[in-house]
Amino acid sequence: MIQFVLSRLAQSTVVLLIMSFTIYGLMGLMPGDPIDLMITSDPKITTEDAARLRELYGLNAPLTDRYWHWLTNALKGDFGFSRMFSRPVFDVIWPALGNTLQLLGLSFLLALVIAIPLGIIAAVKPYSKLDYAINLFVFAGISVPPFWLALLLITLFSVIFGILPAGGTAEAAGVAGVWESAKYLILPVASLTIASIGGHTRYMRASMIETLGNDFIRTARAKGLSWYQVITGHALRNALIPVVTVVALDFGYLFSGALVTETIFAYPGMGKLIFDAIMGNDYNLALITLLLATALTLFGNFAADIAYTWLDPRLSFRKTRR
Amino acid sequence: MHLIKRLLFLSFALLLMPVPALGASKEKLVIGITQFPSTFHPNIDAMAAKSYIHAMVARPFTTHDKNWNLVCLLCTQLPTIENGMAKPEKTPEGKDGIAVTYAIHPKATWGDGVPVSTKDVLFTWRVGRHEKSGIGNIELYRSLYKIDVLSDKSFTLHFDKLTFDYNGINDFNLLPAHIDEANFSDPETYKNKTAYDTDPLNKGLFFGPYLITDIASGSHVILKPNPTWYGPPPKFDQIVVRAIGNTAALEANLLSGGIDMIAGELGLTIDQAISFEKRHRDKYNVIFKPGLIYEHIDLNLENPLLADVRVRRALVHAIDRETISERLFDGRQPVAHTSVNPLDWVFADDVPKYEFSPDKANALLDEAGWNTRKRGIRHNAQGEKLTFEIMTTAGNRTRELVQQILQSQWKSVGIEITIKNEPARVFFGQTMTERRYSGLGMYAWMSSPENVPRTTLHSNHIPTTANNFTGQNYTAFKNAEMDALLERIETELDKTKRLEMWRRIQHIYAEELPVIPLYFRASAFVLPKGLTGVEPTGHQYSTTLWIENWDYQK
Repeated sequence: MIQFVLSRLAQSTVVLLIMSFTIYGLMGLMPGDPIDLMITSDPKITTEDAARLRELYGLNAPLTDRYWHWLTNALKGDFGFSRMFSRPVFDVIWPALGNTLQLLGLSFLLALVIAIPLGIIAAVKPYSKLDYAINLFVFAGISVPPFWLALLLITLFSVIFGILPAGGTAEAAGVAGVWESAKYLILPVASLTIASIGGHTRYMRASMIETLGNDFIRTARAKGLSWYQVITGHALRNALIPVVTVVALDFGYLFSGALVTETIFAYPGMGKLIFDAIMGNDYNLALITLLLATALTLFGNFAADIAYTWLDPRLSFRKTRR
Repeated sequence: MHLIKRLLFLSFALLLMPVPALGASKEKLVIGITQFPSTFHPNIDAMAAKSYIHAMVARPFTTHDKNWNLVCLLCTQLPTIENGMAKPEKTPEGKDGIAVTYAIHPKATWGDGVPVSTKDVLFTWRVGRHEKSGIGNIELYRSLYKIDVLSDKSFTLHFDKLTFDYNGINDFNLLPAHIDEANFSDPETYKNKTAYDTDPLNKGLFFGPYLITDIASGSHVILKPNPTWYGPPPKFDQIVVRAIGNTAALEANLLSGGIDMIAGELGLTIDQAISFEKRHRDKYNVIFKPGLIYEHIDLNLENPLLADVRVRRALVHAIDRETISERLFDGRQPVAHTSVNPLDWVFADDVPKYEFSPDKANALLDEAGWNTRKRGIRHNAQGEKLTFEIMTTAGNRTRELVQQILQSQWKSVGIEITIKNEPARVFFGQTMTERRYSGLGMYAWMSSPENVPRTTLHSNHIPTTANNFTGQNYTAFKNAEMDALLERIETELDKTKRLEMWRRIQHIYAEELPVIPLYFRASAFVLPKGLTGVEPTGHQYSTTLWIENWDYQK
């Protein structure tokens, strides 16, 4: 187990190092630099000023030198300042990360809580009316573009019924703020949940149908166990293995935000922050946010590997001779 | 169990309680804008959202008002040569310069009770002219080579050049010496240590009618009246500025009562506003204000086909700009004939205007030798095809629509147009700045009242490899008379003579046509009925500079 953890840690470090260089390089390849963007919003900036600012922000050095400078500082724990926000990058990231975790964490959990039972129900009676009804709902969720669904929810619940705020975050603090914040979260969470229920339900359904066709399930039924006992005691753990893989891949997405939903609901999360950082050529901020998402995706996969051994004891970290 | 059920029911009921329909009231006004400021420092990074909010919490010494006249806001009297407060002088190097004296409003006080004084003026100047402080445009501070302090509230600025706009210091935004001077001890790190970013709720950073009392980064800013404000008290007890990046969501927020108004400076697109007005004019006033954003098409004059002025004139005669403006923009965005807005006092009404006339376009093209048509497209005697590529920012719906109409109108006179659009980042970051476009480039310029177009029309400002692509004369326009006028006009103090020079500049521009003028963009201010005092300016200075005049009457 320890050997496995150490090996995964080493692999992850290499992946992160490669990713940091790739992200830095790709941003450097984009046309224009932050000073060009400044000139666009302030045409009075002269050529001399542009040269002065490029030197001030270290943009006149070759890309590899700049990357090396960033890497050596990062290894010392100095991740630099955000050029756009003039604040240490983590000071900018934490509030956005907190918001995103609230939004995506809730919708992620809600989607799983709804999708797993739906998938099981659909699998137990495949091609029944209930299965068709679930599939209809699921495909609608998959097919509807997130921005359209978000606007539809706003129109219904904010404009027509006027019962929920259309976007933003709460102004009040304290206990009143908690209630207000909850109200502001309902529509974006609902929008993301509906969009992600579909995929998870389909995976769960397919995996459960395959599991239910196995001999050990027939044996369990022959022993006189009820469907409920068969599913909870025998089928579910086996059927969850492929679902865990998909959920693990989604784990990084929890931290990288949902750009479209955040933009429409004016929700200040990681998706919008990453987008603004890339468009504003804010190297430090973009790098750290993207690396954070990468690291957490790697962590999600690592957690999935651990979960496999719990779900299927036949899987082991011990090396076996074949 | 019953208790749990009741609690759950109560929570659910509370959660779904209707959101109070806000509707502007004297207590609170919620303004929707499409951008959130990344920094609150008034002089680092120019950003429309920041200017919009900053105008409520501080005031520049001077600005242009809704009639585009230069007026005092923080100063008490506008200095002029005529009233003796501005005196031309020689600089120590013997150049023509000017000394301009200003007096700070006697009651101007920072939000923490410290009077606004000349110490702040000196500090702002030191920060502004320091090369490593992070200030983008330091031209004003560089030109200001000396400041004489006359008293705590008055001072004289010495400029090393004498230009017609000598008394306009609109961009000299005061910084509080008593708070931020300590952060400037190491100028190189100032941009990361300024209190505007590390302690933005500090009352001492602001002296306008409002103070910033809360910031939810990326979401909203809350402002409350400043008890030390020296002007007429503002009418609203609270202003909330909400940032909603998506304009459809912005509109939905307005209709649901989440916001009370949409700022014209950063609000709905023109087509959205026109459609909104048709549907909701009973509840909202929509004010359309054409301004200084000038939509146009740059013509690459190094393209041999475009080097012929007859072809350029034919291009303009072939397009029906009036109908485009009428049909697409409900006539809200007036057709441009030069780069100068008709609201500007220097606008010349007698410039050549190219009416829609396919006949004239055809005659000009025939005269220029493009008189053989093959499959509808004109060719010259050498067999060359009259074809151009038009580029603009991909994803800009309005521009793409205009582009398609123009393509079809040009085709009808035998000009083939290929559309090739690019993301704004590539288009502005490379294609235009390095003049990689082969024919036509459609975009907009932002300017200010009486803005001399030196960087866009002077031949010294053509971006080339040799000058590392500096300058904004993307058309490569070269005209000796224009160069001479641009060099002289900035130092011409006589308004009559200057007006004549402006007239000549606009005539050359319209006759030589390095650019096809399209229209001036309009900003749409969506205001609730009853909200008064919001007076769109049409230039880059925000309506919020006069927020104390805003009122709500049911």
